[in-house]
Amino acid sequence: MSSAVSFGAIYVPNFILQAIGRSEPELRTQPLAIIDGPPPTYQVVALNRLAQILGVTRGMTKAAVGQFAQVAIRPRCRVREEAAHSALLDVAWSITPLVENAAPDTLLIDISGLASLLGDEEAIARQIASRASTFGMNVHVAISANVETARIVARALPGPTIVPEGEERRFLETLPVSMLSPSQELSEVFERWGVSTCKALASLPVLSLSECVGQEGVRLHAIANGKGMRPLLLAEPAQHFEEWFELDEAIDDLESLSFLLGRLLDQLSARLSARALSIAAVQVNFELQPAFDNAFDTVRDLLRVKPSPRTFSCGLELPIPTRDAKLLLKLLRLRLQSRPPGAPIQKIQMTAQSSLSRVTQGSLFIPTAPDPDKLELTIARIASVVGDGNIGSAKLLDSHRPDAFHMDKFPIVAVDRSASGNNTKRSAKTTAQNSSEKNLQKELVPQIALHVFRPSIPARVRLDGNKPAFASFQGCSGKVVHASGPWCTSGHWWEEKPWQEDTWDLEIQFSPESSTTHGFYRFSYDGLLDKWFVRGVYD
Amino acid sequence: MLSRSNALRLHVESALAGRVSSPFRFQEPQPITASAGIAAVDQLAGGLPRGCLTEIFGELSSGMTSLLQSALAARTANAEVCALVDAQDSFDPGCAQSAGVCLHQLLWVRCRNLDQALRSVDLLLHGGGFSLVALDLSGAPARLVRQVPLSFWFRLRRTVENTSTILLVLSRESSAKTCASLVLRMEREAARWSLQDCQYPSGDFHTPGSLLDGWTTTAEIIRSTARHENVFVIGSAKAFDNSAAETVRFDLRSNHFLPDDSAGSDRLLPSQQDHSENERTPNFG
Repeated sequence: MSSAVSFGAIYVPNFILQAIGRSEPELRTQPLAIIDGPPPTYQVVALNRLAQILGVTRGMTKAAVGQFAQVAIRPRCRVREEAAHSALLDVAWSITPLVENAAPDTLLIDISGLASLLGDEEAIARQIASRASTFGMNVHVAISANVETARIVARALPGPTIVPEGEERRFLETLPVSMLSPSQELSEVFERWGVSTCKALASLPVLSLSECVGQEGVRLHAIANGKGMRPLLLAEPAQHFEEWFELDEAIDDLESLSFLLGRLLDQLSARLSARALSIAAVQVNFELQPAFDNAFDTVRDLLRVKPSPRTFSCGLELPIPTRDAKLLLKLLRLRLQSRPPGAPIQKIQMTAQSSLSRVTQGSLFIPTAPDPDKLELTIARIASVVGDGNIGSAKLLDSHRPDAFHMDKFPIVAVDRSASGNNTKRSAKTTAQNSSEKNLQKELVPQIALHVFRPSIPARVRLDGNKPAFASFQGCSGKVVHASGPWCTSGHWWEEKPWQEDTWDLEIQFSPESSTTHGFYRFSYDGLLDKWFVRGVYD
Repeated sequence: MLSRSNALRLHVESALAGRVSSPFRFQEPQPITASAGIAAVDQLAGGLPRGCLTEIFGELSSGMTSLLQSALAARTANAEVCALVDAQDSFDPGCAQSAGVCLHQLLWVRCRNLDQALRSVDLLLHGGGFSLVALDLSGAPARLVRQVPLSFWFRLRRTVENTSTILLVLSRESSAKTCASLVLRMEREAARWSLQDCQYPSGDFHTPGSLLDGWTTTAEIIRSTARHENVFVIGSAKAFDNSAAETVRFDLRSNHFLPDDSAGSDRLLPSQQDHSENERTPNFG
């Protein structure tokens, strides 16, 4: 094709059926009919070829289709169609950013200038079809210098079709005029005139057509002649990715749920991968089955109102964006194991927040650190053992209150060597590792650590004057050999929960019958409770 | 044929004499070690061996936790990522930070019982990538620690083998037995109280008559696979020759005191931080 400007059209035939087949691939190989309509009068709106062979036709009622035992019947699912449409957009955006969202089943793209990247038009068409098949969709692709020609040919002809420039009319002339999507009124006019094909429409005189049917007729005439040029109405690339799954029967076991979550994650991962993005956060919303006792209230039988469905949410925030669906599935499983939904699940909505992929490589000259993805999984596994709030890194609070800290999420990003070692006030930029270890030993003075008792152990202390003289706790008692204190602190006295502590460091010589003989303890006297506690032991 | 091979062997040995002591004897590769953060312990044991299990045991107030704290400070100051599995939730982040531990490089697992701690350390070691993984069982009941099967310690040792992870286990009694490459026993000696001899002025409630200055701790090597070998410490130009000493003494200092160069009139103040929170420390000192 010699033209500098080329357009492509991507069309998904039998879109309703393919949207269902995308989320349930096993249905592709068996007779399938999709029903829709007001509740008692469901009718077949889409069916596959296997169902057609068995005798199912469009418009058949649900009861009639039910006679065919082999035919699988599914209700039309608009959320799945939306998800399939979003996936189709992602396929198009993986090729070019210039995409027009023409219809739920049709997209138009500008492929000008892609030859150096993807090859000639035929290669581009094959590439589009291949990428769509990885998303579980079989598409028709047509490429033409004329955008309307590409759209009509894609809807009419299967397989990649390349329309050479100047031959648009030849490709269109055999197609019925209904392919041009005329209005109802215009269709009736064409039918009265006996104009059934594009060739017949193209051969009509334009002026006479304009006088009879107006500008709409002129536009269709130009399209039939292969001259319907217009600019694309570009769609904005979405940063939000969503997949749905609605179940006929609610599920309540984690294994079945994992299977579905894995499928949704695979779909999301493939969509983000097509856009060269990664998943930064995942949010899963479950619609739960209403409880039986709520649905059938025997006491207030008159007011048998169907309760609104309950929902349950579960989220993951990843420190490093990833596209590893298996990793995400493991994390979700662990999250659900520790906090299960509590009722059978009817509908799953999974939303992914996209982010740019990590492109940097770790430096060769920093110490080894845990792999971020692996560490996230390890932390999640340990959190399921010890509890969510019991793993992370400690952050001290700006307070004199003893044991004032809170747990932060562990920062999984690689540690900057130059930023670390603030305590030793040294720069790692020019210091070699040999000298740094030596310097470290000089600068760090071994300090006594405190082995904290959480919660603090209640104690009994006998004072000699103002100084502790005898202490007992947990069945041990002994004489205070040395005492240091009191270190008086208090705070929050202007609030509802004040605290006040007098801290003592005590060296205790325990009596012979005690389990231990000697020790250095930190005691505190709570002035508000008027009680003594053992805060910890120096070790 | 045999005599020929013997002659060849003698020839090789004579050619390498003075450089390689016994070229045909199989030698276990010596583990690379890292500093424990206390120079005396490094001198004694050559540091903490990587890819091995190191056990430290002793009574309460023997200095075990202080040694752990020093090791964590040394590793985190070197931009390495460490993990602490705390069987009884007894770690004090305040003390640790003042001792030089970078808390944001330390993954702290706060367990409530021994079972949680053992499962957590297993998961951490299998996750890999940590420079030091410490399992603090010093607060756990010794009766329960004794019931941990030896196969578990073998499994931990096998997991860290051929990695650069230091696995450090703290307990009241030695538990890992032969699975540990290095076993240190800690014992406290005399404590030092400042102003020990001063008498309390009667009726003066807030006189800090004596402050815990520190104590001397003895570290004794109970078992070391690299005891009589020259051990190469990363970052150290020379190898340690440890064939003589079995025990070493070192001082631990209370963090109430500032370093020597700054010790003076402010010695009695525990910390000099700016606290934005409007708290009061009435009549301190």
